[in-house]
Amino acid sequence: MTLDEIKIGGLGASRRRVEDDRFIRGKGNYVDDIVLPDMLHMEILRSPVAHARIKSIDVSKAWEIPGVRLVLTGEMMAARNLAWMPTLSYDTQAVLATDKVRFQGQEVACVIADDPYIAKDGCAAIVVEYELLPAIVNPEQALGSDAPTIRDDKQNQLDNVIFDWEVGDKSGTDAAFDQADLVSKIEMHYPRSHPSPIETCGSIADFDRATSKLTVYMTSQAPHIIRAAVAMVAELPEHMIRIVSPDIGGGFGNKVPVYPGYVASILASILLERPVKWIEDKSGNLISTGFGRDVYLKGELALRNDGKILGVRMNTTSDHGAFFSDAQPSKFKIGLMHSAFACYDIPTAHLTARGVYTNKAPGGVAYRCSFRVTEAMYFQERMVQAAADDLGMDQAAFRRMNFVRDDDFPHRTAFGFLTDSGQYAKCLDVGLEAIGYEDFLVEQAEAKKQGRLLGIGISTMTEPLGAGNSKEYDILGIKMFDSAQLRVHMSGKAILRTGAKSQGQGHETTWAQIVAHELGIPAEDVVVEEGDTDTAPFGMGTYASRSTPVAGAAVAMVSRKIRAKARKLAAHLLEASEEDIEWELGRFYLRGDHDRGVTIQECAMAAYSNMPDGMEPGLENTSYYDPPNLTWPFACYITTVEIDPSTGVWDVLRVVAVDDCGVRINPMIVEGQIMGGLTEAYAMANMQFITFDEEGNCIGGNYMDYLLPTAWETPGFELHEVVTPCPHHPIGAKGIGECATVGGPAAFVNAVMDALKGHDVRNIDMPLLADRVHEAIVDRTDVSGIPPIKVG
Amino acid sequence: MSSLFTEVSAEPPSDVPVRRVTVTVNGDERTVEVEPRLLLAHLIRSGFKLTGTHTGCDTSNCGACTVLLDGEPVKSCTVLAVQADGSEIMTVEGLAGPSELHPLQEGFKDEHGLQCGFCTPGMLMASKALLQRNPDPTEDEVRWALSGNLCRCTGYQNIVNAVLWAGEKLRADGGTQEEAT
Repeated sequence: MTLDEIKIGGLGASRRRVEDDRFIRGKGNYVDDIVLPDMLHMEILRSPVAHARIKSIDVSKAWEIPGVRLVLTGEMMAARNLAWMPTLSYDTQAVLATDKVRFQGQEVACVIADDPYIAKDGCAAIVVEYELLPAIVNPEQALGSDAPTIRDDKQNQLDNVIFDWEVGDKSGTDAAFDQADLVSKIEMHYPRSHPSPIETCGSIADFDRATSKLTVYMTSQAPHIIRAAVAMVAELPEHMIRIVSPDIGGGFGNKVPVYPGYVASILASILLERPVKWIEDKSGNLISTGFGRDVYLKGELALRNDGKILGVRMNTTSDHGAFFSDAQPSKFKIGLMHSAFACYDIPTAHLTARGVYTNKAPGGVAYRCSFRVTEAMYFQERMVQAAADDLGMDQAAFRRMNFVRDDDFPHRTAFGFLTDSGQYAKCLDVGLEAIGYEDFLVEQAEAKKQGRLLGIGISTMTEPLGAGNSKEYDILGIKMFDSAQLRVHMSGKAILRTGAKSQGQGHETTWAQIVAHELGIPAEDVVVEEGDTDTAPFGMGTYASRSTPVAGAAVAMVSRKIRAKARKLAAHLLEASEEDIEWELGRFYLRGDHDRGVTIQECAMAAYSNMPDGMEPGLENTSYYDPPNLTWPFACYITTVEIDPSTGVWDVLRVVAVDDCGVRINPMIVEGQIMGGLTEAYAMANMQFITFDEEGNCIGGNYMDYLLPTAWETPGFELHEVVTPCPHHPIGAKGIGECATVGGPAAFVNAVMDALKGHDVRNIDMPLLADRVHEAIVDRTDVSGIPPIKVG
Repeated sequence: MSSLFTEVSAEPPSDVPVRRVTVTVNGDERTVEVEPRLLLAHLIRSGFKLTGTHTGCDTSNCGACTVLLDGEPVKSCTVLAVQADGSEIMTVEGLAGPSELHPLQEGFKDEHGLQCGFCTPGMLMASKALLQRNPDPTEDEVRWALSGNLCRCTGYQNIVNAVLWAGEKLRADGGTQEEAT
């Protein structure tokens, strides 16, 4: 009897999640839930100002508080060569400030005490004397001739420029623009935003003097990278470091970098020889840890009158804060910004990018994003809409005309990426059909006569997910592969470990489904473990939607290795030669005699009890997977909105999402990812941003100032799919986690801009707060950037 | 609460004031001595070792710390432990017996109403309070009732579906008498 793959929880089963069983009971195991014997608690004293020289730090009052065990300052860190640490972008970052503070919220001192309340008391008792310096809060100021050099700690750094970088064909692009019938130009800003998982960052460092082993429980999306970083920073031998990422309360890129709190808790544990727990508070998280975005664009499209795009020119200026600590493939200074326009057939393109230091928190993390693709796709789709308007063309027709066609794959993009699959026009058609495009245009025109402002926004994009291939993608020289290790017990049950680390993506559920698909072992018989560097094989972790493309592929490949060995065991059990053995899900049988067979479970038992002469016992293997290319999911998001012209408030009428992420392992989980991603897209378009006043005070350092959408304002979503399997992934899957966050914002903004057609408004920068939309309507003008908020 | 020994602090007694607080937690009466500044969330987590109640934002915005205090949902990060003296507290661990699931817990799993799980206990408790006072809520009523609880993973749609699912199950089971604690 043939196994029913859906029944055993294989590929395509909307299997209910394994991890839920503990989460719904309140039995998750997040870092703050871990209590070790004799554990102490650490709190961080942060800078209240954005830019200042430290004149003195007096910690004497903190030491007098009963229960305070240690006070750490930059000076003490410096004595151990730990005042600075390397970032993931070949820069340095202060662990605890020694010379200057360079952003509000920067780590200045740490107090370690018997409980967190005493540790906070200790922080409050520290007196720091600052000599204020002018705060630089945007790139324009940073590049001014009289701007102070923020990074005067670095030799040879005489200004605030971090990098100038370019990619593409400048002369070819210039020529295309010379031949254009029309050049469409637009400038915009993608505001600073914070990933803001509900759980903040934290760690428990536990140094055991007797064994010299350091164990760190921490909120890390990439525990193996952290182990390498700790070995480097703390100069500890790698085999004496164990990083454990327990359950993580959301990551979204925020939990990739190495933060000063982790390093300080480690040093504190080494000095005190006791476990030290650091749990960041929400303000600390929002004002000091990896933000996303904050990029200014000047974009130009060279157009032919019939609508053909002849060339793309992009110039970006990015604000990285005080330390360049973007977590991204090292070779690409502005991430994969040059993945812009990958879904369009464009002859030539050129991108120039400048990164600058400012007095803001460092970051530029890939916030639900593959290294700046969120900015890339937003800029792309805003430029596309502006161009369609300039041409007087229908926005859907303009896109369709410029799409890479289904029979044009593999396709080399103008910026040099190789896309390999997709049905772009079909996705667009499914979306237009679902939203009722033609009917809406009629409704919109009717409404306009009554003074109502309806708009429809489209965003279509393909993006590169699943870094990398190791030739192109590395972080600090470490190639971006991933791994899986599968051990099948004698009963046919199994344990699987990977180098990825789930933070809500549901790996414990979906990885088992891949094993079920490859081996016919029911998913419920496979337990999945991640996050412990002592047991998991080396991998680069989970971010940038890379788990399924890379670690998921490794799961399939290791399962195939297991199957290859099981085939030999089957041949032995069936007393046949291996060539005469056939496979069907969960079972080997003799060619020509389907009834004579053995199950994968019987093979597993034989691996421990009845292996052929000369065969190594056991049924276990490891795969390291280096993908041949990125995966290229495609998405079409369409939203409709209505603006109240008297207030600028806009309501979302409908949201249609068509995602082509290839083969879906667990459709329920995929849809959950898409809805979560759409919500973050809506958030960024509508409310979610962090800004600074002219003194560099962070506006958005708590959930009263930093607005996240609730169940009340979040719209409902209508999901559709097209399936174009990835040609190189072992099970045809592509990344999906971030697609809606990447492609979604432009759909909302384009809808609002569409509603304002005829108002002489070309662009309103996100977030489209009601007052900004209202200003655009009343003044018939663009609303750009986020000006510094005046003090007083 | 017996122990074979209790360590007596060698340090001189501090001048930190202490208050005695008695609360009933998930049906068990507990008496503790606390500093007046101790937050209820921390008493629940560190004192009673009920770590299902999470602290997310410290400003009563995210709702991860939501528990029922005498049947009403409160954000325990903004309630002092001393304010809870004499009260009944229900946390996520008290929703159902060890081998059982409350229909809300079933609903969240069945409708994929959670991803990272961090906001889930607060969502469950806020939902329980809703279904107690309104056994048959509309979608809008669910969305409004949960608007004090933030989730960054799900986009809420499945959470709303989960609550509606649970409401239906409770009504089918004749469970409209869903009682506080």
